Amino acid sequence: MSDTPSHAFLRHGPPVDRIQRFTWVERIMHWYTAATYIYAALSGLALFTPYLFWLAVVLGGGPAVRFWHPIFGIGFVIGIFWMYHSWLQDLKIDANDRKWLDNVKYYITNQDERLPPQDKYDAGQKIYYWGMFGCAIVLLLTGPVMWFPELMPRSLHWVLAVVTFLHSVAALVTIGGAMIHIYMSISNIPGSLKAMTEGHVSRGWAMLHAPKWYARITAGEKRP
Amino acid sequence: MASKLLQIKAISGHAGTVPGGNMSRDYDVCKLVDTTTCIGCKACEVACLEWNGYPFHPTTFDNTYQTMPDTAWNYWNLIRFNEHTAPDGTFGWLMRKDQCMHCADPGCLASCPADGAIVQYANGIVDFNQEHCIGCQYCVTGCPFNIPKFNPETKKVFKCTLCSDRVSAGLEPACIKACPTGCLHFGSKDDMKDIAERRAKQLRAHTAHKDAGVYDPQGVGGTHVIYVLHDINNPEKYGGLPKNPTVDPIVRLWKGPLKWVGGFGMILGALGIAFHYLRYGPKEAEIHGGDDHERHT
Repeated sequence: MSDTPSHAFLRHGPPVDRIQRFTWVERIMHWYTAATYIYAALSGLALFTPYLFWLAVVLGGGPAVRFWHPIFGIGFVIGIFWMYHSWLQDLKIDANDRKWLDNVKYYITNQDERLPPQDKYDAGQKIYYWGMFGCAIVLLLTGPVMWFPELMPRSLHWVLAVVTFLHSVAALVTIGGAMIHIYMSISNIPGSLKAMTEGHVSRGWAMLHAPKWYARITAGEKRP
Repeated sequence: MASKLLQIKAISGHAGTVPGGNMSRDYDVCKLVDTTTCIGCKACEVACLEWNGYPFHPTTFDNTYQTMPDTAWNYWNLIRFNEHTAPDGTFGWLMRKDQCMHCADPGCLASCPADGAIVQYANGIVDFNQEHCIGCQYCVTGCPFNIPKFNPETKKVFKCTLCSDRVSAGLEPACIKACPTGCLHFGSKDDMKDIAERRAKQLRAHTAHKDAGVYDPQGVGGTHVIYVLHDINNPEKYGGLPKNPTVDPIVRLWKGPLKWVGGFGMILGALGIAFHYLRYGPKEAEIHGGDDHERHT
Protein backbone atom coordinates (compact mmCIF):
# COMPACT_ATOMS: atom_id res chain seq x y z
CA MET A 1 0.00 0.00 0.00
CA SER A 2 2.75 2.41 0.86
CA ASP A 3 4.28 1.86 -2.59
CA THR A 4 1.26 3.27 -4.33
CA PRO A 5 0.00 6.06 -2.11
CA SER A 6 -1.97 7.74 -4.88
CA HIS A 7 -4.13 4.71 -5.65
CA ALA A 8 -7.72 4.69 -4.48
CA PHE A 9 -8.80 1.77 -2.42
CA LEU A 10 -12.15 0.50 -1.25
CA ARG A 11 -13.03 1.63 2.24
CA HIS A 12 -14.60 -0.79 4.67
CA GLY A 13 -16.22 0.57 7.80
CA PRO A 14 -16.97 4.20 8.60
CA PRO A 15 -14.99 6.97 6.89
CA VAL A 16 -11.95 8.35 8.65
CA ASP A 17 -12.93 10.39 11.68
CA ARG A 18 -16.47 9.05 11.78
CA ILE A 19 -17.83 6.49 14.19
CA GLN A 20 -20.33 3.70 13.78
CA ARG A 21 -23.68 4.42 15.45
CA PHE A 22 -26.00 1.81 13.91
CA THR A 23 -25.17 -1.60 12.42
CA TRP A 24 -26.74 -2.64 9.14
CA VAL A 25 -29.15 -4.89 11.05
CA GLU A 26 -30.30 -1.95 13.17
CA ARG A 27 -30.75 0.18 10.08
CA ILE A 28 -32.85 -2.49 8.35
CA MET A 29 -34.87 -2.87 11.54
CA HIS A 30 -35.50 0.87 11.70
CA TRP A 31 -36.53 1.26 8.05
CA TYR A 32 -38.67 -1.86 8.11
CA THR A 33 -40.54 -0.41 11.09
CA ALA A 34 -40.69 3.04 9.48
CA ALA A 35 -42.08 1.71 6.19
CA THR A 36 -44.77 -0.42 7.80
CA TYR A 37 -45.62 2.45 10.15
CA ILE A 38 -45.97 4.99 7.35
CA TYR A 39 -48.32 2.78 5.35
CA ALA A 40 -50.38 1.94 8.44
CA ALA A 41 -50.51 5.59 9.55
CA LEU A 42 -51.49 7.01 6.16
CA SER A 43 -54.07 4.31 5.50
CA GLY A 44 -55.39 4.75 9.03
CA LEU A 45 -55.75 8.50 8.49
CA ALA A 46 -57.73 7.76 5.32
CA LEU A 47 -60.23 5.84 7.42
CA PHE A 48 -60.14 8.39 10.25
CA THR A 49 -61.46 11.50 8.54
CA PRO A 50 -63.29 12.11 5.25
CA TYR A 51 -60.92 15.00 4.55
CA LEU A 52 -58.11 12.46 4.16
CA PHE A 53 -60.05 9.67 2.44
CA TRP A 54 -58.19 10.60 -0.75
CA LEU A 55 -55.16 8.90 0.85
CA ALA A 56 -57.02 5.60 0.43
CA VAL A 57 -57.27 6.28 -3.29
CA VAL A 58 -53.53 7.02 -3.44
CA LEU A 59 -52.72 3.84 -1.50
CA GLY A 60 -54.62 1.51 -3.82
CA GLY A 61 -58.30 2.16 -3.13
CA GLY A 62 -60.57 1.77 -0.11
CA PRO A 63 -60.94 -2.02 -0.14
CA ALA A 64 -57.17 -2.48 -0.62
CA VAL A 65 -56.51 -0.16 2.32
CA ARG A 66 -59.00 -2.12 4.42
CA PHE A 67 -57.17 -5.31 3.49
CA TRP A 68 -53.58 -4.13 4.00
CA HIS A 69 -53.86 -1.73 6.96
CA PRO A 70 -54.10 -4.46 9.61
CA ILE A 71 -51.32 -6.50 8.00
CA PHE A 72 -48.91 -3.54 7.85
CA GLY A 73 -50.02 -2.64 11.38
CA ILE A 74 -48.99 -6.06 12.67
CA GLY A 75 -45.71 -5.62 10.77
CA PHE A 76 -45.12 -2.32 12.56
CA VAL A 77 -45.79 -3.84 15.98
CA ILE A 78 -43.30 -6.62 15.18
CA GLY A 79 -40.73 -3.91 14.34
CA ILE A 80 -41.39 -2.19 17.67
CA PHE A 81 -40.88 -5.48 19.53
CA TRP A 82 -37.72 -6.14 17.53
CA MET A 83 -36.38 -2.75 18.68
CA TYR A 84 -37.28 -3.67 22.24
CA HIS A 85 -35.20 -6.81 21.85
CA SER A 86 -32.23 -4.94 20.35
CA TRP A 87 -32.19 -1.60 22.11
CA LEU A 88 -33.65 -2.19 25.56
CA GLN A 89 -30.34 -1.67 27.38
CA ASP A 90 -29.85 1.76 25.80
CA LEU A 91 -33.47 2.82 26.29
CA LYS A 92 -33.76 2.48 30.05
CA ILE A 93 -34.74 5.75 31.67
CA ASP A 94 -32.60 6.81 34.62
CA ALA A 95 -32.28 9.78 36.98
CA ASN A 96 -30.09 11.59 34.45
CA ASP A 97 -32.93 11.37 31.92
CA ARG A 98 -35.42 12.75 34.39
CA LYS A 99 -33.11 15.71 34.96
CA TRP A 100 -32.90 16.18 31.19
CA LEU A 101 -36.68 16.07 30.91
CA ASP A 102 -37.07 18.65 33.66
CA ASN A 103 -34.93 20.97 31.54
CA VAL A 104 -36.37 19.99 28.18
CA LYS A 105 -37.09 23.64 27.40
CA TYR A 106 -33.36 24.18 26.91
CA TYR A 107 -33.34 21.34 24.40
CA ILE A 108 -36.25 22.84 22.47
CA THR A 109 -34.62 26.26 22.43
CA ASN A 110 -31.21 24.90 21.29
CA GLN A 111 -29.40 25.57 24.57
CA ASP A 112 -28.09 22.02 24.80
CA GLU A 113 -25.04 23.07 26.85
CA ARG A 114 -27.39 23.60 29.82
CA LEU A 115 -28.51 19.94 29.75
CA PRO A 116 -26.97 16.96 31.54
CA PRO A 117 -24.83 14.87 29.15
CA GLN A 118 -26.71 11.98 27.58
CA ASP A 119 -25.78 8.43 26.70
CA LYS A 120 -26.48 6.71 23.35
CA TYR A 121 -30.05 7.99 23.29
CA ASP A 122 -31.17 11.15 24.98
CA ALA A 123 -34.27 11.19 27.17
CA GLY A 124 -36.39 12.56 24.32
CA GLN A 125 -35.52 9.59 22.11
CA LYS A 126 -36.28 7.21 24.96
CA ILE A 127 -39.64 8.86 25.59
CA TYR A 128 -40.37 8.61 21.86
CA TYR A 129 -39.59 4.89 21.85
CA TRP A 130 -41.64 4.13 24.96
CA GLY A 131 -44.50 6.22 23.63
CA MET A 132 -44.48 4.26 20.38
CA PHE A 133 -44.15 1.03 22.36
CA GLY A 134 -47.13 1.82 24.59
CA CYS A 135 -49.26 2.90 21.64
CA ALA A 136 -48.21 -0.21 19.71
CA ILE A 137 -49.53 -2.33 22.58
CA VAL A 138 -52.86 -0.45 22.53
CA LEU A 139 -53.06 -0.72 18.73
CA LEU A 140 -52.24 -4.43 18.91
CA LEU A 141 -54.94 -5.09 21.49
CA THR A 142 -57.63 -3.05 19.76
CA GLY A 143 -56.76 -3.67 16.11
CA PRO A 144 -57.73 -7.36 15.80
CA VAL A 145 -61.20 -6.59 17.18
CA MET A 146 -61.65 -4.02 14.41
CA TRP A 147 -60.10 -6.42 11.89
CA PHE A 148 -62.74 -9.10 12.53
CA PRO A 149 -65.76 -7.32 14.04
CA GLU A 150 -68.02 -10.04 12.63
CA LEU A 151 -66.67 -12.37 15.32
CA MET A 152 -68.05 -10.11 18.07
CA PRO A 153 -71.29 -11.39 19.53
CA ARG A 154 -74.21 -8.96 19.58
CA SER A 155 -74.02 -8.48 23.33
CA LEU A 156 -70.43 -7.20 23.03
CA HIS A 157 -71.00 -4.71 20.22
CA TRP A 158 -70.40 -1.82 22.62
CA VAL A 159 -66.78 -3.02 22.75
CA LEU A 160 -66.38 -2.18 19.05
CA ALA A 161 -66.95 1.53 19.70
CA VAL A 162 -64.55 1.54 22.66
CA VAL A 163 -61.70 -0.19 20.82
CA THR A 164 -62.20 1.97 17.73
CA PHE A 165 -61.91 5.09 19.86
CA LEU A 166 -58.82 3.84 21.70
CA HIS A 167 -57.23 2.76 18.42
CA SER A 168 -57.72 6.25 16.99
CA VAL A 169 -56.32 8.00 20.07
CA ALA A 170 -53.24 5.76 20.20
CA ALA A 171 -52.66 6.24 16.48
CA LEU A 172 -52.90 10.04 16.80
CA VAL A 173 -50.31 9.98 19.60
CA THR A 174 -47.90 8.01 17.38
CA ILE A 175 -48.47 10.45 14.49
CA GLY A 176 -47.59 13.40 16.74
CA GLY A 177 -44.43 11.61 17.86
CA ALA A 178 -43.48 10.57 14.33
CA MET A 179 -43.87 14.13 13.03
CA ILE A 180 -41.36 15.38 15.62
CA HIS A 181 -39.08 12.37 15.01
CA ILE A 182 -39.00 12.99 11.24
CA TYR A 183 -38.42 16.74 11.67
CA MET A 184 -35.53 16.14 14.03
CA SER A 185 -33.91 13.57 11.78
CA ILE A 186 -34.08 15.50 8.53
CA SER A 187 -33.56 19.04 9.83
CA ASN A 188 -33.11 19.68 13.51
CA ILE A 189 -30.17 17.34 14.18
CA PRO A 190 -27.94 17.47 11.09
CA GLY A 191 -26.14 14.18 10.59
CA SER A 192 -28.66 11.96 12.36
CA LEU A 193 -30.37 10.86 9.14
CA LYS A 194 -27.01 9.63 7.86
CA ALA A 195 -26.56 7.72 11.11
CA MET A 196 -29.65 5.72 10.22
CA THR A 197 -28.96 5.40 6.47
CA GLU A 198 -25.19 4.81 6.25
CA GLY A 199 -24.68 4.05 9.92
CA HIS A 200 -22.04 6.58 11.06
CA VAL A 201 -21.81 10.00 12.70
CA SER A 202 -19.05 12.56 13.03
CA ARG A 203 -17.16 12.84 16.28
CA GLY A 204 -18.57 16.31 16.77
CA TRP A 205 -22.07 14.91 16.44
CA ALA A 206 -21.39 12.25 19.03
CA MET A 207 -19.72 14.68 21.44
CA LEU A 208 -22.61 17.10 21.21
CA HIS A 209 -25.63 14.77 21.18
CA ALA A 210 -24.43 11.67 23.00
CA PRO A 211 -21.36 12.63 25.05
CA LYS A 212 -21.54 9.76 27.52
CA TRP A 213 -21.93 7.26 24.68
CA TYR A 214 -18.99 8.88 22.86
CA ALA A 215 -16.82 8.66 25.93
CA ARG A 216 -17.81 5.04 26.44
CA ILE A 217 -17.09 3.79 22.93
CA THR A 218 -13.90 5.80 22.50
CA ALA A 219 -12.51 4.86 25.91
CA GLY A 220 -10.30 2.18 24.37
CA GLU A 221 -8.90 4.43 21.65
CA LYS A 222 -5.22 5.15 21.82
CA ARG A 223 -4.43 8.73 22.57
CA PRO A 224 -1.45 10.20 20.80
CA MET B 1 -91.30 12.25 -8.97
CA ALA B 2 -88.83 9.42 -8.86
CA SER B 3 -85.77 11.66 -8.86
CA LYS B 4 -87.21 13.76 -6.05
CA LEU B 5 -87.92 10.69 -3.96
CA LEU B 6 -84.31 9.63 -4.28
CA GLN B 7 -82.77 13.02 -3.68
CA ILE B 8 -79.67 12.55 -1.54
CA LYS B 9 -79.67 14.16 1.91
CA ALA B 10 -76.42 12.91 3.47
CA ILE B 11 -73.37 10.99 2.22
CA SER B 12 -70.96 8.92 4.34
CA GLY B 13 -67.28 9.77 4.50
CA HIS B 14 -67.85 12.85 2.38
CA ALA B 15 -65.93 16.11 2.78
CA GLY B 16 -68.16 19.07 2.07
CA THR B 17 -71.86 19.54 1.54
CA VAL B 18 -74.24 17.31 -0.35
CA PRO B 19 -74.64 18.48 -3.95
CA GLY B 20 -78.15 19.85 -4.40
CA GLY B 21 -79.03 19.19 -0.76
CA ASN B 22 -82.13 20.79 0.73
CA MET B 23 -83.15 22.20 -2.66
CA SER B 24 -86.68 20.84 -2.49
CA ARG B 25 -89.02 19.48 0.11
CA ASP B 26 -90.81 16.22 -0.29
CA TYR B 27 -92.57 13.82 2.01
CA ASP B 28 -90.73 11.24 4.10
CA VAL B 29 -91.61 7.61 3.47
CA CYS B 30 -92.37 5.25 6.32
CA LYS B 31 -93.13 1.58 6.89
CA LEU B 32 -95.56 0.76 9.69
CA VAL B 33 -95.40 -2.71 11.26
CA ASP B 34 -98.42 -3.48 13.44
CA THR B 35 -97.15 -6.38 15.56
CA THR B 36 -100.64 -6.90 16.95
CA THR B 37 -101.97 -8.13 13.60
CA CYS B 38 -98.89 -10.02 12.41
CA ILE B 39 -99.58 -13.76 12.16
CA GLY B 40 -95.97 -14.79 11.56
CA CYS B 41 -96.60 -16.17 8.07
CA LYS B 42 -93.21 -14.96 6.77
CA ALA B 43 -94.61 -13.90 3.41
CA CYS B 44 -92.54 -10.72 3.86
CA GLU B 45 -89.37 -12.81 4.30
CA VAL B 46 -90.04 -14.63 1.04
CA ALA B 47 -91.01 -11.46 -0.83
CA CYS B 48 -87.79 -9.79 0.31
CA LEU B 49 -85.69 -12.68 -1.01
CA GLU B 50 -87.67 -12.82 -4.25
CA TRP B 51 -87.43 -9.12 -5.02
CA ASN B 52 -83.77 -8.79 -4.07
CA GLY B 53 -82.77 -11.97 -5.90
CA TYR B 54 -81.39 -13.98 -3.00
CA PRO B 55 -81.87 -17.75 -2.72
CA PHE B 56 -83.75 -19.15 0.24
CA HIS B 57 -81.43 -19.52 3.17
CA PRO B 58 -80.75 -22.74 5.10
CA THR B 59 -82.91 -22.49 8.21
CA THR B 60 -81.75 -23.02 11.79
CA PHE B 61 -84.20 -24.67 14.16
CA ASP B 62 -84.03 -23.26 17.67
CA ASN B 63 -87.30 -24.59 19.11
CA THR B 64 -89.29 -21.64 17.81
CA TYR B 65 -90.91 -20.82 14.49
CA GLN B 66 -88.13 -18.35 13.71
CA THR B 67 -86.38 -19.03 10.40
CA MET B 68 -82.89 -18.45 11.79
CA PRO B 69 -81.32 -16.78 14.82
CA ASP B 70 -80.45 -13.49 13.13
CA THR B 71 -80.70 -11.57 9.88
CA ALA B 72 -77.89 -12.18 7.39
CA TRP B 73 -76.16 -10.27 4.59
CA ASN B 74 -78.56 -11.94 2.13
CA TYR B 75 -81.53 -12.27 4.52
CA TRP B 76 -82.60 -8.76 5.45
CA ASN B 77 -86.08 -9.40 6.79
CA LEU B 78 -86.71 -11.79 9.67
CA ILE B 79 -89.82 -12.39 11.78
CA ARG B 80 -88.68 -12.76 15.37
CA PHE B 81 -90.80 -15.14 17.44
CA ASN B 82 -90.77 -14.64 21.17
CA GLU B 83 -92.81 -16.74 23.57
CA HIS B 84 -94.53 -14.57 26.09
CA THR B 85 -96.70 -15.22 29.12
CA ALA B 86 -99.03 -12.39 29.97
CA PRO B 87 -99.63 -11.37 33.62
CA ASP B 88 -102.97 -13.24 33.55
CA GLY B 89 -101.14 -16.45 32.63
CA THR B 90 -102.15 -16.64 28.98
CA PHE B 91 -99.46 -17.72 26.57
CA GLY B 92 -98.78 -15.93 23.31
CA TRP B 93 -96.26 -15.14 20.63
CA LEU B 94 -94.72 -11.75 20.21
CA MET B 95 -93.88 -11.59 16.52
CA ARG B 96 -91.83 -8.74 15.16
CA LYS B 97 -90.64 -8.13 11.64
CA ASP B 98 -86.97 -7.24 12.10
CA GLN B 99 -85.20 -5.20 9.42
CA CYS B 100 -83.33 -1.93 9.00
CA MET B 101 -85.12 0.86 10.86
CA HIS B 102 -83.94 3.62 8.48
CA CYS B 103 -83.06 6.02 11.30
CA ALA B 104 -83.38 9.75 10.70
CA ASP B 105 -80.00 10.04 12.45
CA PRO B 106 -78.27 6.89 11.18
CA GLY B 107 -75.31 5.61 13.22
CA CYS B 108 -74.08 3.53 10.27
CA LEU B 109 -73.73 6.62 8.10
CA ALA B 110 -72.05 8.61 10.87
CA SER B 111 -69.46 5.83 11.34
CA CYS B 112 -68.76 5.01 7.69
CA PRO B 113 -65.40 6.29 6.37
CA ALA B 114 -65.95 5.47 2.68
CA ASP B 115 -67.10 8.33 0.48
CA GLY B 116 -70.55 7.46 -0.83
CA ALA B 117 -70.86 3.95 0.60
CA ILE B 118 -73.91 4.95 2.64
CA VAL B 119 -76.41 7.56 1.52
CA GLN B 120 -79.51 8.91 3.18
CA TYR B 121 -82.16 10.02 0.75
CA ALA B 122 -84.33 13.03 1.44
CA ASN B 123 -87.31 10.68 1.72
CA GLY B 124 -85.69 9.00 4.74
CA ILE B 125 -84.32 5.81 3.16
CA VAL B 126 -80.78 4.92 4.29
CA ASP B 127 -79.13 2.90 1.55
CA PHE B 128 -75.78 1.12 1.13
CA ASN B 129 -73.86 1.45 -2.14
CA GLN B 130 -71.77 -1.69 -2.20
CA GLU B 131 -69.56 -0.43 -5.05
CA HIS B 132 -68.16 2.19 -2.64
CA CYS B 133 -68.11 -0.08 0.43
CA ILE B 134 -64.60 -0.97 1.65
CA GLY B 135 -65.73 -3.68 4.08
CA CYS B 136 -64.43 -2.05 7.29
CA GLN B 137 -67.73 -2.69 9.12
CA TYR B 138 -67.64 0.59 11.03
CA CYS B 139 -71.39 0.65 10.22
CA VAL B 140 -71.75 -2.43 12.44
CA THR B 141 -70.12 -0.43 15.23
CA GLY B 142 -72.42 2.53 14.66
CA CYS B 143 -75.76 0.72 14.31
CA PRO B 144 -77.82 0.43 17.53
CA PHE B 145 -80.10 -2.21 15.96
CA ASN B 146 -77.45 -4.74 14.78
CA ILE B 147 -78.62 -4.52 11.18
CA PRO B 148 -75.65 -4.27 8.76
CA LYS B 149 -74.30 -7.73 7.91
CA PHE B 150 -70.95 -8.58 6.33
CA ASN B 151 -70.52 -10.87 3.35
CA PRO B 152 -67.11 -12.48 3.92
CA GLU B 153 -66.78 -13.47 0.27
CA THR B 154 -67.29 -10.06 -1.33
CA LYS B 155 -66.11 -8.11 1.76
CA LYS B 156 -69.16 -5.86 1.47
CA VAL B 157 -71.90 -5.04 3.96
CA PHE B 158 -75.59 -5.40 3.12
CA LYS B 159 -78.92 -4.55 4.68
CA CYS B 160 -82.56 -3.77 3.87
CA THR B 161 -82.86 -0.96 1.31
CA LEU B 162 -86.53 -0.25 2.11
CA CYS B 163 -86.78 -1.30 -1.57
CA SER B 164 -85.35 2.05 -2.67
CA ASP B 165 -85.47 0.70 -6.23
CA ARG B 166 -89.21 0.04 -5.97
CA VAL B 167 -89.93 3.23 -4.03
CA SER B 168 -88.10 5.31 -6.64
CA ALA B 169 -90.50 3.85 -9.22
CA GLY B 170 -93.53 4.75 -7.10
CA LEU B 171 -94.07 1.22 -5.75
CA GLU B 172 -94.35 0.03 -2.17
CA PRO B 173 -91.58 -2.19 -0.69
CA ALA B 174 -91.87 -5.91 -1.55
CA CYS B 175 -92.64 -6.94 2.03
CA ILE B 176 -95.60 -4.55 2.15
CA LYS B 177 -97.01 -5.96 -1.08
CA ALA B 178 -96.79 -9.54 0.23
CA CYS B 179 -98.36 -9.03 3.67
CA PRO B 180 -101.70 -10.89 3.78
CA THR B 181 -103.07 -9.44 7.01
CA GLY B 182 -102.47 -5.77 6.36
CA CYS B 183 -100.20 -5.51 9.38
CA LEU B 184 -97.68 -3.78 7.10
CA HIS B 185 -98.46 -0.30 5.83
CA PHE B 186 -96.42 2.07 3.72
CA GLY B 187 -96.86 5.79 3.12
CA SER B 188 -95.72 9.15 4.39
CA LYS B 189 -94.29 9.35 7.89
CA ASP B 190 -97.09 11.64 9.00
CA ASP B 191 -99.78 9.28 7.72
CA MET B 192 -98.14 6.18 9.22
CA LYS B 193 -97.68 7.93 12.56
CA ASP B 194 -101.37 8.86 12.50
CA ILE B 195 -102.53 5.32 11.65
CA ALA B 196 -100.21 3.86 14.28
CA GLU B 197 -101.35 6.21 17.04
CA ARG B 198 -105.00 5.53 16.25
CA ARG B 199 -104.38 1.79 16.30
CA ALA B 200 -102.56 2.03 19.64
CA LYS B 201 -105.40 4.11 21.07
CA GLN B 202 -107.91 1.52 19.83
CA LEU B 203 -105.90 -1.29 21.46
CA ARG B 204 -105.74 0.56 24.77
CA ALA B 205 -109.45 1.32 24.71
CA HIS B 206 -110.89 -1.98 23.49
CA THR B 207 -108.41 -4.77 24.30
CA ALA B 208 -106.37 -6.02 27.24
CA HIS B 209 -103.27 -4.30 25.82
CA LYS B 210 -103.45 -1.27 28.08
CA ASP B 211 -99.81 -0.39 27.39
CA ALA B 212 -100.06 -0.47 23.61
CA GLY B 213 -98.03 2.24 21.91
CA VAL B 214 -96.00 3.33 18.92
CA TYR B 215 -92.26 2.65 18.66
CA ASP B 216 -90.58 5.58 16.90
CA PRO B 217 -87.39 6.03 18.96
CA GLN B 218 -86.33 9.67 19.24
CA GLY B 219 -82.81 8.77 20.35
CA VAL B 220 -81.97 8.21 16.68
CA GLY B 221 -84.12 11.10 15.49
CA GLY B 222 -87.12 8.86 14.87
CA THR B 223 -87.16 6.01 12.37
CA HIS B 224 -88.68 5.40 8.98
CA VAL B 225 -89.87 1.98 10.12
CA ILE B 226 -92.22 2.24 13.09
CA TYR B 227 -93.97 -0.41 15.17
CA VAL B 228 -97.26 -0.70 16.99
CA LEU B 229 -96.40 -2.80 20.07
CA HIS B 230 -98.80 -4.40 22.56
CA ASP B 231 -96.50 -3.24 25.34
CA ILE B 232 -94.53 -0.11 24.51
CA ASN B 233 -92.81 -0.24 27.91
CA ASN B 234 -90.96 -3.48 27.15
CA PRO B 235 -89.73 -3.44 23.56
CA GLU B 236 -86.86 -5.77 24.56
CA LYS B 237 -89.40 -8.61 24.72
CA TYR B 238 -89.76 -8.37 20.94
CA GLY B 239 -86.46 -10.03 20.11
CA GLY B 240 -84.24 -7.42 21.68
CA LEU B 241 -85.70 -4.20 20.31
CA PRO B 242 -83.76 -1.56 22.30
CA LYS B 243 -85.90 0.61 24.55
CA ASN B 244 -84.09 3.86 23.89
CA PRO B 245 -81.64 3.29 21.03
CA THR B 246 -79.01 5.95 20.43
CA VAL B 247 -75.83 6.08 18.43
CA ASP B 248 -73.16 5.05 20.95
CA PRO B 249 -71.77 8.24 22.61
CA ILE B 250 -68.26 6.90 22.06
CA VAL B 251 -68.97 6.73 18.32
CA ARG B 252 -70.11 10.36 18.54
CA LEU B 253 -66.92 11.27 20.41
CA TRP B 254 -64.82 9.43 17.81
CA LYS B 255 -66.55 10.92 14.79
CA GLY B 256 -66.99 14.36 16.37
CA PRO B 257 -64.48 15.92 18.78
CA LEU B 258 -61.69 13.39 18.22
CA LYS B 259 -61.81 13.91 14.45
CA TRP B 260 -61.37 17.66 14.94
CA VAL B 261 -58.78 17.36 17.71
CA GLY B 262 -56.79 14.96 15.53
CA GLY B 263 -57.05 17.02 12.38
CA PHE B 264 -56.26 20.37 13.97
CA GLY B 265 -53.62 18.73 16.14
CA MET B 266 -51.75 17.57 13.06
CA ILE B 267 -52.03 21.00 11.42
CA LEU B 268 -50.87 22.78 14.60
CA GLY B 269 -48.03 20.26 14.94
CA ALA B 270 -46.86 21.01 11.40
CA LEU B 271 -47.06 24.75 12.07
CA GLY B 272 -45.18 24.31 15.34
CA ILE B 273 -42.42 22.41 13.56
CA ALA B 274 -42.20 25.10 10.88
CA PHE B 275 -41.98 27.76 13.59
CA HIS B 276 -39.28 25.84 15.43
CA TYR B 277 -37.27 25.43 12.25
CA LEU B 278 -37.44 29.14 11.47
CA ARG B 279 -36.93 30.36 15.04
CA TYR B 280 -34.30 27.93 16.35
CA GLY B 281 -33.13 25.92 13.35
CA PRO B 282 -30.76 22.96 13.29
CA LYS B 283 -28.39 22.02 16.09
CA GLU B 284 -25.08 22.21 14.25
CA ALA B 285 -22.16 20.48 15.93
CA GLU B 286 -18.90 22.48 15.92
CA ILE B 287 -15.79 20.89 17.39
CA HIS B 288 -13.36 22.96 19.38
CA GLY B 289 -10.20 22.91 17.28
CA GLY B 290 -7.96 21.94 20.17
CA ASP B 291 -9.98 18.93 21.25
CA ASP B 292 -10.30 17.58 17.79
CA HIS B 293 -6.65 18.02 17.06
CA GLU B 294 -5.65 16.37 20.26
CA ARG B 295 -7.73 13.34 19.55
CA HIS B 296 -7.05 12.62 15.90
CA THR B 297 -3.64 13.57 14.76
